[in-house]
Amino acid sequence: MSTYAIPWRFTLALPNTFRPGLSLAWLFVIGLSIAALVPHWLTGIDPLAAAARNAYLPPSSSHWLGTDENGRDVLARLIHGVRPSLLMGLVSTAIGLGAGIILGLAAGLGPRLVDGAIMRLIDVLLAFPDLLLALVIITFWGQGLWITLIAVGVASIPRFARMVRAQTLVVRDAPYVEAATTLGRHRAAVVFRHVLPNAVKPILILATIGIGHNIITGAALSFLGFGASPPAPEWGSMLAMGRNYLANAWWLVAWPSVAIILTVVSITAIGRDWLARSEGKSR
Amino acid sequence: MKQLAARLLAGVGVLWGAATLTFVAIHFSAGDPVLAILGGPDAIPTPQQLAQVREEYGFDQPLWVQYGRYVGRIAHGDFGESYRLRIPVTEAIGKQIGATLQLALSAALLAIGLALASAVLTAKRNPWVRRVASASELVLSSSPSFVLGILLLLVFSFQWPVLPPAGSNGWQTLILPTIALALPIAGMLSQVLRQELEDILEQPFIAMARARGLSQTAVRLRHALRHALVPLVTLSGFIFASLLGGAVVTEMLFARQGIGRMMLDAAVAKDAPVVLGITLLAALVYVGVNLLVDVLNGLIDPRVKPR
Repeated sequence: MSTYAIPWRFTLALPNTFRPGLSLAWLFVIGLSIAALVPHWLTGIDPLAAAARNAYLPPSSSHWLGTDENGRDVLARLIHGVRPSLLMGLVSTAIGLGAGIILGLAAGLGPRLVDGAIMRLIDVLLAFPDLLLALVIITFWGQGLWITLIAVGVASIPRFARMVRAQTLVVRDAPYVEAATTLGRHRAAVVFRHVLPNAVKPILILATIGIGHNIITGAALSFLGFGASPPAPEWGSMLAMGRNYLANAWWLVAWPSVAIILTVVSITAIGRDWLARSEGKSR
Repeated sequence: MKQLAARLLAGVGVLWGAATLTFVAIHFSAGDPVLAILGGPDAIPTPQQLAQVREEYGFDQPLWVQYGRYVGRIAHGDFGESYRLRIPVTEAIGKQIGATLQLALSAALLAIGLALASAVLTAKRNPWVRRVASASELVLSSSPSFVLGILLLLVFSFQWPVLPPAGSNGWQTLILPTIALALPIAGMLSQVLRQELEDILEQPFIAMARARGLSQTAVRLRHALRHALVPLVTLSGFIFASLLGGAVVTEMLFARQGIGRMMLDAAVAKDAPVVLGITLLAALVYVGVNLLVDVLNGLIDPRVKPR
């Protein structure tokens, strides 16, 4: 317990129970990070280099995961597709988290009228299913990567705002906040130096799990044709293309599917492990 | 009764808020709101259509009159006319909703059935059984319907052609979309149910029932399960939202009819009245489901009093 009394301190000691699944998840996420930051370290092949002669080659020693309808290497496209696919999850979560923190803080610390108004707005947002809300935003503000990111982000605001508000209500009446206020600290200083840091950990855990969720929604929107523009490698749009060649090239859809599932599984597993440990449970 | 009335009022409030939000969306859309209703900035509506929409929405009136008219029309169940289909939105939804209901209902049944079976069979069993169960739940709940759907198509319609890849006629066309839609939801529900069941199985009344001589299975089915149903009912709103969101991609992938596909086509064609109509319908059902949940929870567990 004492380890977690101080926020932002990570223990480096080996866990007393070795969990192979979790280690694999971390390994995969580290691999993803490398692929997102420096994809050319992992593959020397250009993901956009088309060669009609090489189209539809099944997995082999020269093209490990096969080639697509334009003769482009599927493995290279998968690796170069990590960055847009992960960014989709990260940026939209950041948008949702930012808006959620502002709304949640305002609701938790503001007067009752503001609290009521914000919570009703959250109730209304919650009444729209994620994907439908995203489609409404796309209908009115047009297609494009940024619109899609904002659409996915807005859909995740309610979860974050509720969590931030709940945490703020807990922290708001803590003795140290009262002490800081009594000592005459400025209200904004109390909010950002004392309330927010102490409310932030459960929120970050929720955000980690939320990234996985948003990667799925983002990939779904790309699959439906609202995300990255066609030549760029992105997992959702790779699936949308591969869908046309199900009868003769299974590798075009199999690998992006595996990539999406493994990514979301790994991120979710890490998030949940963090959650379980922060609650003092080790399963 | 009084509490129920309060909940009802809150639900109406949410719907009013939803209608207001769509009104804001129309007026703050990129470009002319009249064009937004008639197909976005690239649309070429006839002068007749323009005049009709201006008249219908009252765009020449002050903003508050427009707002009043808009909310009033929605309250009467009038979502306007689709410029693309040239029929009222309610009629268009009516034509398509049957197919979606069929898919959603069969997927809900499958998801709940799988989750209950998995929870009852694996809760508090051998650690290895639990590990396998929770790993598969994690994988399923992390697999989006469109990915599962593509993999199912690949295996069962192309590599080993036993089921039709597309269409919405006949029960064969329902199998793959149902599975694709149900599995992620089943994974999610099963996690919650198993956790709940494990907590309940530690309660004294379970030990009492065992002491009375009931078998482990009988205790689970007759005593524990009833309590585990409370979170299941509470999650109905979540199940409904996942089904509807999943229906958009599933219906597209399997070339089925339904309001999910209609929503997608409308979003691509910027057919705002259809998009808003379906979204508001979703909000209405969501609010209705949650109201029902409050009532049902009170019936299942009398200790739960609606606030």
